[in-house]
Amino acid sequence: MRFTVKTSVGLLAAALALTACGGTKGGENDTASGNGGSGSCDKVAIGYFGALTGPAANLGINIRNGVKLAVDKHNKDNADCKVDLKEYDSAGDPNQATGLATQAIGDDSVIGIVGPAFSGESETAGPIFAEGGLPTITASATNPTLADNGWDTFHRILGNDASQGPAAASYIQDVLKSKKVFVVDDASAYGKGLADIVNKTLGDTVAGTDTIQTGQTDFSATVTKIRDSGADAVFFGGYYAEAGLLVEQMRGAGVDAKFVVADGVKDPGFIEAAGDAAEGTIITCPCLPPEESQDFFKAFQAAFNSAPATYSAEAYDAANVFLQGIDKGNTDRESLLKWVNSYEGDGITKKIKFDDKGEVENISVWAYKVENGKIVADQEIKTN
Amino acid sequence: MTFLLNNFVELTVTGLVLGAVYGLVALGYTLVYGVLQLINFAHSEVWMFGSFAAVWVTVAIGAGPDSGIAVAIGVLLLALLAAMVVSGAVALLIERVAYRRLIRLDAPKLVTLISAIGASFALAEIMGLRDRLAESLGLRDELNSYVRSARDNTRFLNPLETHGVFNIGRYTVSNVDIIIIVSALVMMVALDQFIRRTHTGRGIRAVAQDSEAAALMGVNRNRIIRATFLVGGVMAGAAALLYLMRFGVTRWNAGFLLGVKAFTAAVLGGIGNVRGALLGGFVLGLAENYGSALVGSEWRDVVAVLLLVVILLFRPSGLLGESLGRARA
Repeated sequence: MRFTVKTSVGLLAAALALTACGGTKGGENDTASGNGGSGSCDKVAIGYFGALTGPAANLGINIRNGVKLAVDKHNKDNADCKVDLKEYDSAGDPNQATGLATQAIGDDSVIGIVGPAFSGESETAGPIFAEGGLPTITASATNPTLADNGWDTFHRILGNDASQGPAAASYIQDVLKSKKVFVVDDASAYGKGLADIVNKTLGDTVAGTDTIQTGQTDFSATVTKIRDSGADAVFFGGYYAEAGLLVEQMRGAGVDAKFVVADGVKDPGFIEAAGDAAEGTIITCPCLPPEESQDFFKAFQAAFNSAPATYSAEAYDAANVFLQGIDKGNTDRESLLKWVNSYEGDGITKKIKFDDKGEVENISVWAYKVENGKIVADQEIKTN
Repeated sequence: MTFLLNNFVELTVTGLVLGAVYGLVALGYTLVYGVLQLINFAHSEVWMFGSFAAVWVTVAIGAGPDSGIAVAIGVLLLALLAAMVVSGAVALLIERVAYRRLIRLDAPKLVTLISAIGASFALAEIMGLRDRLAESLGLRDELNSYVRSARDNTRFLNPLETHGVFNIGRYTVSNVDIIIIVSALVMMVALDQFIRRTHTGRGIRAVAQDSEAAALMGVNRNRIIRATFLVGGVMAGAAALLYLMRFGVTRWNAGFLLGVKAFTAAVLGGIGNVRGALLGGFVLGLAENYGSALVGSEWRDVVAVLLLVVILLFRPSGLLGESLGRARA
């Protein structure tokens, strides 16, 4: 009996040690890439701020890789001016973001940040960056209200939900020609905000609405409501985990209404959860299909052995705005911020120019479609 | 209101299906509570491990929905067996590591409770970190189809295709609906008979009633406790497969919400009462669906918990009372 106690404790300890190993290994990699360039351009660095671990790590890693590609390319082309990349892994957690933002402010070599990646962490870290005068360009946080805080340092290189919502609505009306739409949201700041905009834009064609909860797995009551409403299209504002289950249960119950979702669902995890039921789902995203820019696509593929994913290209553009500024001799925060505020140039995703609030001016929203278990580009959505 | 009436059958059937899963998981809470007066918070992870065992069996065999009815049934039975074995083993492991010593030392209930919560976190995180575990063992590539998307939903490839069997009103009852409700009832009757008629069952009832007196009468208390955990785990394993047949995915933290609901079902039916667990599950599943229909899905948990409060106000020991120890033989 004694023996078994020791064995099981030992096993547990071993398991914990292994877990710890996994964590440390990741950390070492991060540090290595962070301090990669030795001969720095007068100790100048840009930062990536967002999740590299945690439940939403995939999205963050896509963005970090876009930034890393831009920095590596820059350093290869400009051997005399190497820029460091510092990584601030927030795990997507707004509570961790404040400490990390303060840490970034304290590091004088960091003069520009790509991020924060998510809307929640942007809300908590934003005031700290504004106070420290550290310019940020987010490549993914789409909550519209972020631009209304008067942070001079805030920039967003993609359309926000105030443009994505109407685009989704116009796709439902003009392309799908839907007469009756059922709108579901997940009660999150992102999902509900988006669903409200879609709901308002669609007006009379909305046949019914329902709210689910994140983490919920049984949507039978919602599915019954959708069936009862006779809707021919369903819009869901929320993330991919619930979206996958919802569409799977809709199809299982014989509801064949078109399923329309937004960028929070644009992840392979959606297809993993929904399986065959995902086929034909329309996903809107204020992001360019990576295939549109072949050079970037190939370079990314060569560097990371995987195709660029959601927001990689936007992150690449954001990093390039900073890098071009640094090459023009803007090597402190103040002059780099001025550079970004007055920047005008062609990125791979769009013509880049920020307005007074830090929003990019040329916004394109694309519709994607699930076909044969893959998310592929469908068409650009034009709204007036 | 008209919506509820128009779709009454559909809401009832789907509510019963969900309730059956709640009920089977609730058994684990109820049995352990009956015997030890202890809420086994790690039970949700017992269920979660069972669900992954079932998923992995289908991954290993690789049978899809189009491989014939005989193969489908064979694979499902194998998945059921795997889920039951793994859940039972995890339940025993929890009893061994998190409880036995504390129970032997007669530690305060609060200490045991915290130990249970710790075990729950540890087990859930081990599953969530399974890709890194595999990586540190150098098996990441070999085990890719088992450990990929470790933090996201993992899909269960149901070998049995869902199809309608008969109509009630506008709702088509599917084969999966029937399988789930019937299996839950069968397992409940089997467990009830096990507790009432077998030697071990009598031991469980004796320990639940008065563990010291039972020990004096020659009942091996430790063996009975182990048997209780094992039976609860096996039931959770069965619930895991039924859940997967209906909902299709599982996740490292999927046990948490289900555990809360199942615990609610156990209290609703009368914690410590085996029959009450299934009744509580059904009532809870129906209440959630009717509540969603009446006042919107965002209120489903409010309605369900409100019902719990109201029932406990009038029947403080649940619908059928706390009676594992007092069950008539």
